[in-house]
Amino acid sequence: MGLRMPIGRSRVLPGLGLSLGITWFYLGLIVLIPLGALFLQAASLRAADLWRAVSAPRALAAYRLSFGASIGAGLVNAVFGFLVAWVLARYRFPGRKIADALVDLPFALPTAVAGLALTALYAPDGWFGRFLEPLGVRVAFTPLGVGVALTFIGLPFVVRTVQPVLEGLDPHLEEAAAVLGASRLQTFAKVIFPAILPALLTGFALAVARGLGEYGSIVFISGNLPLRTEIGPLLIVTKLEQYDYAGATALALVMLVASFALLLSMNLLQRRSARRQRASLR
Amino acid sequence: MRTNGLFSTRARTIAAAGLAALAQLSLGAGCSRRDPPGTGKKVELLNVSYDPTRELYVDFNAAFARRWQETAGQKVSIKQSHGGSGKQARSVLDGLEADVVTLGLAYDIDVLASRGKLLPEGWQDRLPHNSSPYTSTVLFVVRKGNPKRIRDWDDLVRRGVSVVTANPKTSSGARWNYLAAWGYALRKPGGNEAKARQFVAALFRNVPVLDTGARGSTTTFAERRIGDVLIAWENEALLLMNEVGKDKFDVVIPSVSILAEPPVALVDRYADKHGTRAVAQAYLEYLYSAEGQEIVARHYYRPRTPEAATKVGRNFPSLGLFTVGEVFGGWATAQKKHFDDGGTFDQLYPARR
Repeated sequence: MGLRMPIGRSRVLPGLGLSLGITWFYLGLIVLIPLGALFLQAASLRAADLWRAVSAPRALAAYRLSFGASIGAGLVNAVFGFLVAWVLARYRFPGRKIADALVDLPFALPTAVAGLALTALYAPDGWFGRFLEPLGVRVAFTPLGVGVALTFIGLPFVVRTVQPVLEGLDPHLEEAAAVLGASRLQTFAKVIFPAILPALLTGFALAVARGLGEYGSIVFISGNLPLRTEIGPLLIVTKLEQYDYAGATALALVMLVASFALLLSMNLLQRRSARRQRASLR
Repeated sequence: MRTNGLFSTRARTIAAAGLAALAQLSLGAGCSRRDPPGTGKKVELLNVSYDPTRELYVDFNAAFARRWQETAGQKVSIKQSHGGSGKQARSVLDGLEADVVTLGLAYDIDVLASRGKLLPEGWQDRLPHNSSPYTSTVLFVVRKGNPKRIRDWDDLVRRGVSVVTANPKTSSGARWNYLAAWGYALRKPGGNEAKARQFVAALFRNVPVLDTGARGSTTTFAERRIGDVLIAWENEALLLMNEVGKDKFDVVIPSVSILAEPPVALVDRYADKHGTRAVAQAYLEYLYSAEGQEIVARHYYRPRTPEAATKVGRNFPSLGLFTVGEVFGGWATAQKKHFDDGGTFDQLYPARR
């Protein structure tokens, strides 16, 4: 019956019509129109040229690195970000406030600063690099370096989505599990983890999406070698440098569509796990 | 191809008009750009330049403002904008209303003429010396004492020598480096196209990092201590030596190199629109004057009049120099052949490895 109700009359909160209008206008202005311009621009390319631009070996290598490193960094963050969120949500210890604030730093720092700092650390003569180099591990100027930078950039996305859910988790559930004879591992696997999984998936998806678009920090640490450490966004800048606006747009379009598909599928996955979670609680 | 930008020409014009209106507003009363010289009122110029000229134009603008006040009795304030040469050209193309541009290579101004129709195609003949009041060249910076014994271009392709240069696809400075190496191999006794290609390929096999800009590769070499030799513009190399450390680096002068000619030009469409043609023209011509040339030399660019260098105590080493026109038939040709997609640079990195 909810659907039949005339909008704006019998809702508890007034002003749905107005706020919905503003929502669409705002999304249109900030998101849809700029992206629409991108599609229009790409439409000016002939299909064959478009295909050639987006399927060149260099472009393929760049997508591979961009998506590979983003997903890799997202997975690392899903594990360690969860751990950080857990500690911040569950324990009270000296310095907690500071640790909590530190998590947000990658949000606020200009990414070029992050890139420079990480490169200085991981360069062969840097603080970390000089110990890793003898072990045969090279970080700066390799795909691994791209992953390291993206891990730095992505951390807050996971922590900040998981932490509130952990904090809101009813401790009685765990107590009940313990009383019913569940081991600690069982409590975690059957009670806690399913409850935070949707948030974890969202955090992971956000971190990956952020990584795909990252440019500022990567160009310092990656070394930008064609076919090896070139990321997608760098290739776009390269095209612009040749005044090849159409080619740049074509690449941008591929990144856009792929990111959208990724976010959408993560959203669906997250929806499903949330539904399953609700069903199992009932 | 009519795909100039993200938006149509008309949209760009509208945006530009909006910007201009804003500029008018911010200028306020008493300093309109339209005032002709001699009225005693203030006039404003926008010089869109590239990265390494930052310090140079701070000095030069002050000198020109004094000069213009004396000769024309008018106050002039010069706004500067700096960034990568290509990016700066794109900004002007997309509606940043520069009265003059002072960029890293002629190709970037050619684009303003061919795509934007902002100035005539023959712009480079309007001022002396290909419209380049100052030049530079490409040299090597090595670690103190030159442990790898780098003497000339041939040493850069030796096994075990690590070379730092920026990515020619994104850095105009690095394009000069690339052409310098190519030209050396081509003009060497017995040199030809195939050998030049091999030489440059061997050189880039020794390059571990391609930064996006020239300053980035200087940092990689100087701060990260990566590489045995940095291919650098002379002005950047001398700056690095004098400002960062004579005790850390040495400069090596190769036998021959390229004559880098960073061009300057009046942007007719915008200068006329702002009514600043006279002062903009005087500004560019002043770069060629005795004082202009001395300022240029003080900032480690090679002046066109050698006396200016002597006067400010700068000794620029002599070496064989060739121009892009002589060896590559101009920038448009060089860009297409070497740096556009599928060009010789892209071919250095064969697919699948």
